[in-house]
Amino acid sequence: MQYSDKVLDHFMNPRNMGEIEDATTSGTVGNPVCGDIMKMDLKIVDNIIVDAKFKTFGCGSAIATSSMATEMIIGLTTDEALDVTNKAVAEALDGLPPVKMHCSVLAEQAVKKALESYYIREGLMTPERAKKFAILGQCEHEENYEHCGCSDE
Amino acid sequence: MNSTFEERMRESVNRPRIYFDHAATTLPRPEVIDTVATLLKESYGNPSSFYQEGHRAAELLEDARARIAACLDVHPEEIFFTSCGTESDNWAIKGTADAHRRRGRHIITTTIEHHAVLHSMEALEREGFDVTYLDVDHRGILEPEKVREALRDDTILVSVMMANNEIGTIQPIKVIGSICREAGVLFHSDGVQALGAIPVYPNELNADMMSFSGHKLYAPKGIGLLYKRKGVRIDRLIDGGAQEKRQRGGTENVTYAVALAKALEMSLADMEKESKRQTALRDRLIHGVIERIPHTKLNGHATERLPNNANFSFEFIEGESILLFLDKFGYACSSGSACTSASLDPSHVLLAIGLPAEIAHGSLRVTLGIDSTDEQINHFLIDLPLIVERLRDMSPLYSDYKRGVLPSLIPEEGSLDLEIAGGYGWSS
Repeated sequence: MQYSDKVLDHFMNPRNMGEIEDATTSGTVGNPVCGDIMKMDLKIVDNIIVDAKFKTFGCGSAIATSSMATEMIIGLTTDEALDVTNKAVAEALDGLPPVKMHCSVLAEQAVKKALESYYIREGLMTPERAKKFAILGQCEHEENYEHCGCSDE
Repeated sequence: MNSTFEERMRESVNRPRIYFDHAATTLPRPEVIDTVATLLKESYGNPSSFYQEGHRAAELLEDARARIAACLDVHPEEIFFTSCGTESDNWAIKGTADAHRRRGRHIITTTIEHHAVLHSMEALEREGFDVTYLDVDHRGILEPEKVREALRDDTILVSVMMANNEIGTIQPIKVIGSICREAGVLFHSDGVQALGAIPVYPNELNADMMSFSGHKLYAPKGIGLLYKRKGVRIDRLIDGGAQEKRQRGGTENVTYAVALAKALEMSLADMEKESKRQTALRDRLIHGVIERIPHTKLNGHATERLPNNANFSFEFIEGESILLFLDKFGYACSSGSACTSASLDPSHVLLAIGLPAEIAHGSLRVTLGIDSTDEQINHFLIDLPLIVERLRDMSPLYSDYKRGVLPSLIPEEGSLDLEIAGGYGWSS
């Protein structure tokens, strides 16, 4: 299994790693039992994501996808950020090994988890938007794999 | 002033790579490589052929067998060449099951065996065999009395590895072997990691069968051994010609058999000296890592372990990312993290010694060899703390711990012998 140069670059030199002291919202997804957990802090002004920072416990691709996801959503409106899919994150990294695709799901979930609580708190959740959060109900492992240890815990 | 992470990463480019994964495989010794090169050129005959080239190959093969037998203090007829340790394990286990299934269908093994053993057991379970998997303690040691308690009238085989490939724990094989012999049950031991590192004499160990592999002791990949005591009857695994006394088909790999004999002789000649040397390096590494890196535990037994094996868990971080940085810094190591396995499961060995998954994910295995030096350990003891610190800075678990909202499972001062009860209590 070999990572692309871009994955290694984002792993070795992660962008936007850290925490936002006065974050508008944040989302934590994953589980230490499964070996990955991702926390995403967002600073939102006028519905625009002006800053994003992450902290990730996990493998190289979990860290790289977190980093890439923050780069992709900064400057977008919250609604635009909802359309940043895990596939787009993986493609921006020049692809991930198939066994690592679930890590990109985690990145999408972390952004959505943060946005979900933002919409709910601000009273902005609409049925249309709610549809976009379906991914949060899934275990990122189950979607891709039969043998996820998560379901046994 | 201490070097920074970035400085050390840059400097590492000018340094030769440091290979710390000898439990995975080893670089063949130069003398072994010479043997292989010479034989490939000069002795390509098939040992079964009736002309001079064949006779010469047969002589070389039997000479290699005799030399290996002498190293193990057994009879040459008790040594069988295979393609690898995995084949030897498969053959010993499935061959015994097939030959003795009318007598019984119960087999005993442990939860920390190599997959070559565990997956052979699972294959037999699908055929209706009943397998008992004995637990080890938190240091990875099997209490021999557990074997006695598990024995039944229909038990046909006990298989317990001599030394574990991940945590290096050495089992009380001699005692386990005598319990089996007393009960009249065949005893197999996977000695792949042990041979060449610690004394292995199947007769002394009361073992009926033992599996070995060439490439773990500075011979090439593609050659393994099965020791099978005279009179022990097992079925064939590889059907074919009349090679290996009709018990294992396939043209013999004469070149690699000779290479293995050479490598084994050299390892044994060096063993006393190397074992002392590597144990000293290992212990300096273990104590150095635990002193320098907070929240670190040693996995396995502090003393009953292979001279070359160290295995650690670093809390709050994940193993694959440690390996990636180590690779970048010039080191080849291994981890029991799920993320480094194709199955995405954390190491069954680390789970079996009671580590919660979140701690098993953050494991690192360092295995030394004849090419390992004090200077390499010095470098490692500078670089590893920087890497762990870098990853902890990225870890939300570590910030939670720092904020006091997450407990630590491994105390800050670390431990050589820690039993962990339960994880963070996270549920998914």
